[in-house]
Amino acid sequence: MTQVLATTLVVASLYALLGAGYVLVYRASRVLNLAQGDLLTLGGYLLFAVTATVGAVPAVAVPLAVALSALTGFVIYQVLIRPMAGHPVFAAVLVTVTLGILLRAGIVLVFADRIRHPLPMLGWSNPPVALPGGSVLSAFDLATLGTAVVVFGALFAFLRFSPVGIQMRAAGERALLASQRGINFQFVFALAWALAALCGGLAGMLYACNVRLEPSLDVLGLKAFAVALVGGLDSLAGVIPAALIVAGIEVLSVRYGDPLLSDVSPFLCLLAMLLIRPWGLLGTREELDRV
Amino acid sequence: MASGSGYFATTYEADLRLVDTPLRWSALCALVIALTALPLLASPFVLELVTQTALAAVGALALNILTGLAGQISLGHAGFIAAGAFTTAMLVEAGWGSPLATIPSAAVVGAALGVAVGIPALRLKGLYLALGTLAMHYVVLYAAGELQTRWGSNTGYTIPPPRLFGLVLKGTLSWYYALVFIAAVVLLVSVNLTRSRAGRAFMAIRDREIAAASVGIHVARYKVLAFVTSSVITAVAGALFAYYRGFVSVEAFSLFLAVEYIAMVTIGGLGSALGAVLGAAFVTLLPYAIDGVVGRLELPGGTEYYLFPAKFGAFGLLMAAFLIFEPEGLVGIWRRVRNWFALWPFRRRPLRSAS
Repeated sequence: MTQVLATTLVVASLYALLGAGYVLVYRASRVLNLAQGDLLTLGGYLLFAVTATVGAVPAVAVPLAVALSALTGFVIYQVLIRPMAGHPVFAAVLVTVTLGILLRAGIVLVFADRIRHPLPMLGWSNPPVALPGGSVLSAFDLATLGTAVVVFGALFAFLRFSPVGIQMRAAGERALLASQRGINFQFVFALAWALAALCGGLAGMLYACNVRLEPSLDVLGLKAFAVALVGGLDSLAGVIPAALIVAGIEVLSVRYGDPLLSDVSPFLCLLAMLLIRPWGLLGTREELDRV
Repeated sequence: MASGSGYFATTYEADLRLVDTPLRWSALCALVIALTALPLLASPFVLELVTQTALAAVGALALNILTGLAGQISLGHAGFIAAGAFTTAMLVEAGWGSPLATIPSAAVVGAALGVAVGIPALRLKGLYLALGTLAMHYVVLYAAGELQTRWGSNTGYTIPPPRLFGLVLKGTLSWYYALVFIAAVVLLVSVNLTRSRAGRAFMAIRDREIAAASVGIHVARYKVLAFVTSSVITAVAGALFAYYRGFVSVEAFSLFLAVEYIAMVTIGGLGSALGAVLGAAFVTLLPYAIDGVVGRLELPGGTEYYLFPAKFGAFGLLMAAFLIFEPEGLVGIWRRVRNWFALWPFRRRPLRSAS
């Protein structure tokens, strides 16, 4: 039982990192980023590429890979999403779908469609850790959990206290009013994309170190998408309970159901939520009428 | 139907006519003759390509009814196709392999799924609806996967060629005629739909839901009707897909298939039946075109490996380019070219903003 709880926490923190990416982009520009899963894969491969080229010093490689992930998000906004201003929202969402296709094609072209393990290249190992209560997690399971806690703490602080974070909230609420008050909302939106890519990239690096790295990891992103919706697409705080619920159901269905069911369980949560409370656990209700 | 200039409908009948001018009549006759005579001239490979385009066009036209006319977004198109294909596979396994049994059953399953997705769609708008259909896609694929692992062979189902009144549909030529004919029928249905009460209601809902309701359109009923019409045609396309490929497996119906169909209707031009057909041709022929170009280039050995991701990337790049630079799609380009000729020498300057 404690093992189920521990595994749920780890899966939930992975989903929460990805879900934060969805929420950040959605709050800023009302665009659903369906390429979040590919940003995760990209993060993993960036870590792999940096380790292979720059050097296997973790203190250099990891921050560099994280910075590159964030930079990619910034560039993606400027190149692909910004021209979609004024187009229907669905067209912008389709652009993120094509972005996913492009990222995936690029990754396969550069890195080949093979399973990789960046962990040994960094000179790290992933030993099992016995926890009180008889459950066992790997070291990177704990790292994932810790990263999620730190990232969420930082995001909450950023959005609440820092001037740029407040600007981001303002621009997300009403871009027109915000820009009249002198907020550079294009920069703020680009920053939101950078943060989303950073969250996705971090999740990808952790998953790549913990499990494996392959081009088809983007399915994780779609599952996390269910998390973002269950929590409420415009609510960062909603991501946390939603991630716990979705991950809990998934872990339980692996344990008591079959693997096929566990793959579909996040989407069943999504459907149930759409039927009962489409705006999500902590989302804003009038959101539904705005899209 | 109106073009740039020169032809003006003076009666309601003339305005509603499917084929209005003598020029269009002759173009249509030429197209019918060309499609009938094509097997005499073209190689089997070309016939195969046209056949695949026709099959894709059936699905694209169905999606166009839902997204282009009624304005309801669906990411679950691959799920509907899978439902049709798996219904066929199940019936073939049970010994009811005649198209007279499978195609109506696929249509019924499609209709049921259409209602199932359409009813939540009454509460959901825009993106939220797309998410619901996305979840539906995974649920259908899960059900299909369970069926396949529990009751099928693990890899998939083999479907024998369809047999109807002692005739067996087999070989490139007969598939060519069958699928081009079916695509033509679906094209006629969807063009005709835009002239009917239901089609006009769909378009009114797409343009402004509140305005549609205020002129007396039962929005809920017509939304569900749009879902059902689209999903019935799509499920039939899935049954045809099963027969045409001769093999059904869950792996064939990934989310990417749904994205391909969305690409067809957006690249072709949303809301236009001609656009759906053009888009279907574009998306179907693109990989073969890339193959052709690469074949001419005589690249050094070892590059074959990169061909598949390159095709994938080219597809994404073109789709993004269309979305950003040409949102009206191929049909938009075609209209501009046509109007340029129709209005020549009185060229209309494109409207520009005052900035």
